[in-house]
Amino acid sequence: MKEQLQKDFKNIIKNLNLSQKDIEIKKFSLNNFIDKGFPNRKEEDWKFSDLNQIIKKNIGELSFYCDYTSTNKVDTSVFVDGLEHNKIVFINGRIEKIDFEYEKKNQIEIIDQSETINKFSNNNSLSDLNNAFTSKCFKILVKKGYQLSKPLIIYHTCNSKIWSKNINLRLDFELNKDSSLRIIDLFNEASEKNFLNIFYNFDLKENAVLKNYKVDRSENKNVKYSFNNIEQEKNSISETFILSSGSNFYKNEVNCNLKGKYSSAFVNGIFSLKNDKHHEIRTIINHLTENTKSYQLIKSVLEDSSKAVYQGKIFVNSQAQKTDGYQLSKAILLNKESEFNAKPELEIYADDVKCSHGSASGSLNDASIFYLMSRGLSYQQSRELLINGFLLDVVEKITDSEIKNLIKNMIGIKE
Amino acid sequence: MDNRQKEIDNLKDYKYGFSTDIENIKAPKGLNEEVIKFISKIKKEPEWMLNFRLKAFERFKLLKEPNWQKPKYPKIDYQDLYYYSAPKSMKNKPKSLDEIDPKLLETYKKLGIPLQEQARLNGIAVDAVFDSVSVATTFREELTKHGIIFCPISEAIQKHPELVKKYLGSVIPTTDHFFATLNSAVFTDGSFAYIPEGVRCPMELSTYFRINASNTGQFERTLIIADKGSYVSYLEGCTAPMRDENQLHAANVELIALDDAEIKYSTVQNWYPGDKDGKGGIYNFVTKRGLCKGKNSKISWTQVETGSAITWKYPSCILKGDNSVGEFYSIAITNNFQKADTGTKMIHLGKNTKSKIISKGISAGNSDMTYRGLVDISSKAQNSNNYTQCDSLLMGNKCGAHTVPYIRNKNSESNIAHEATTSKISEEQLHYCQQRGLNPEEAVGLIVNGFCKEVLQQLPMEFAVEAQKLVGISLEGSVG
Repeated sequence: MKEQLQKDFKNIIKNLNLSQKDIEIKKFSLNNFIDKGFPNRKEEDWKFSDLNQIIKKNIGELSFYCDYTSTNKVDTSVFVDGLEHNKIVFINGRIEKIDFEYEKKNQIEIIDQSETINKFSNNNSLSDLNNAFTSKCFKILVKKGYQLSKPLIIYHTCNSKIWSKNINLRLDFELNKDSSLRIIDLFNEASEKNFLNIFYNFDLKENAVLKNYKVDRSENKNVKYSFNNIEQEKNSISETFILSSGSNFYKNEVNCNLKGKYSSAFVNGIFSLKNDKHHEIRTIINHLTENTKSYQLIKSVLEDSSKAVYQGKIFVNSQAQKTDGYQLSKAILLNKESEFNAKPELEIYADDVKCSHGSASGSLNDASIFYLMSRGLSYQQSRELLINGFLLDVVEKITDSEIKNLIKNMIGIKE
Repeated sequence: MDNRQKEIDNLKDYKYGFSTDIENIKAPKGLNEEVIKFISKIKKEPEWMLNFRLKAFERFKLLKEPNWQKPKYPKIDYQDLYYYSAPKSMKNKPKSLDEIDPKLLETYKKLGIPLQEQARLNGIAVDAVFDSVSVATTFREELTKHGIIFCPISEAIQKHPELVKKYLGSVIPTTDHFFATLNSAVFTDGSFAYIPEGVRCPMELSTYFRINASNTGQFERTLIIADKGSYVSYLEGCTAPMRDENQLHAANVELIALDDAEIKYSTVQNWYPGDKDGKGGIYNFVTKRGLCKGKNSKISWTQVETGSAITWKYPSCILKGDNSVGEFYSIAITNNFQKADTGTKMIHLGKNTKSKIISKGISAGNSDMTYRGLVDISSKAQNSNNYTQCDSLLMGNKCGAHTVPYIRNKNSESNIAHEATTSKISEEQLHYCQQRGLNPEEAVGLIVNGFCKEVLQQLPMEFAVEAQKLVGISLEGSVG
């Protein structure tokens, strides 16, 4: 793999036309990654999902070179109908379109900032990989007091031109005081066997509101990793919703730093898996100051030999009195082969806190099925009804009604 | 002054902190094959036992000390320890209690375990382990009548080699983790109990561990086998003198329950926790594991952990037999600079297996408490159930309480439920108690005892009383 990495890296550098400083930074990251390699089971955070093995199994040999010079045609058929929205379109890892047509142009700034390096407190080798190979990094800045009138949909499209490739993406968002932003991440992949490595960084200033929805719905054979870092100042609110379903492997990490008083973070997620898909959500909520709040709800429905993992951590440091932290994960296993692993973790150093977590997993309740069948539903119908109800609970947590309806339609949940 | 106050004053400092001035035989300092041979020789062990030890030692040399745990500790120099220390008078084993060195008996009297009187009054059979050797076992005759074997493990190796050979290392193999393997190589003594088929042990069996000599590690090994349809309740207590240095205690406990058998294992661990500034104290790195080998068997662990500078142990149940049951009840209290990383593992392998975990953690002062547990339901363990509840109570904002459960469910017909909460003693509760005339410390004691009640009531009566007192004492000075 090392030779491949170095060879591809040289090509990328040749292609990208970077400053000397940039090249140095990228080289440094590359060497870090070569030292560490892909994360494996020996690392605590990857205990339940050995990425090294997963890549070997699903992809085999991976190449890291992508030709970012030629443009791809934007296929408008993938765009969401019936909802006016702003767009960012990634095709095969290349930004093809940034379009804020519904917004005031002077309130949003798009900054090209390829030079700044990605630094996160809980580093793993994938951030080094991302730093070494990302072509362009944009920062989207929402100015003070501006609330976007329409949501932003980020389309991730891969077409059949690429195969066994590693694609690295990165986006930074800064939401200034009193601003708000809604984002939907949509994956549409026609390609197979690629490894997507996505890093988002959100910086929420005072009173800012972020609503972040990730929808991985369409069936595909890709391996994906997405890291979301959210920094929150006073009174800010972040809401993250993850629908994890389509890819062969998908790991979502959400790292929230609640730095300002009265800031709050909500993370809700659904795993709806079939075949031998393996998905994971890992959350770390750091309560760093007084009066912060977090709420997490993760529900899974697992069929065939699929596997879901939830690792959630609530950290409360000694200054963070009056913290309210809650975490619940529930799983329904529909098949003998399916598997659910959880590690709900609390790490608490302050005494005046209210923290709790719960985790339950098991099969569909026989008594409920019996109840429904005795009222004339078939087994299949009762099963669907129960699963719908189980998942609806999470979807109802979405605070934006437009997007709630969109997502309901996507997964076909009826009320 | 009422009695309770007197008692508390009496116990305020670590009352077991005295050391006994007694002549010792020690193995040469350090860890090598010679020392292992020395231990084996002095114990007059057969060759297979020596081979068992040497095999473990070979393995030990390849292992690295683990460092994933939360409480970190300064590196232990394993070459700077004595691996064997015994009172000189024990070189030729006394035949009865009358021949035991009076100083030793005195020690146990001070600890509240008068071996002689106990033999007559209490109705609990005690095996007392002093540093590296077992000094006395009471109530032998009564037990022999029922066919129960209860003796030091060194004696069992000689007298019942077939049982020891068959079961020793069957639950904790010599190839296990660092400390367990170290124990397999150098263990000195411990208790052995065998309950024959269909026998309900008429009394509680009990071991009392005491570390006396300085610079020694205590490595005891306990092996309990409950044959088909039998029942035994086993108690374990521990104390050590106050010393400035940290002492290592790495014991292995193996339990085996065959068809329809039940083992109840209770521990009140009160090793010296170190002084108020966190100096000294015992490192309690213990491996405890029970195997529900037969159908319908049951193993239940109850522990009250109040002592030790660092506690690092996970009493576990391997539920191999169909319909077997594993239980774990724990109270862990840490104060001052104590650290505890404790919990359990429930490995469900058989069908219809059930497990229950109740863990209560209380941290005060500058201490740190972690519950770390694993519930693993394998794909063959149909219709299995687990219920876990872990609650933590924090007193003050310098301490920490953490919960790290690992939950793995590979079977769709099995259910796992886990819940955990962390909170502090509410002002209202305190106010209520104080209004009714309790002082703040008494009020806290009362509330904490209520918090722990679920676990305390699992303990045998004699232990429950002691444990309840301990809970109060351990939290002395943590309020206000």
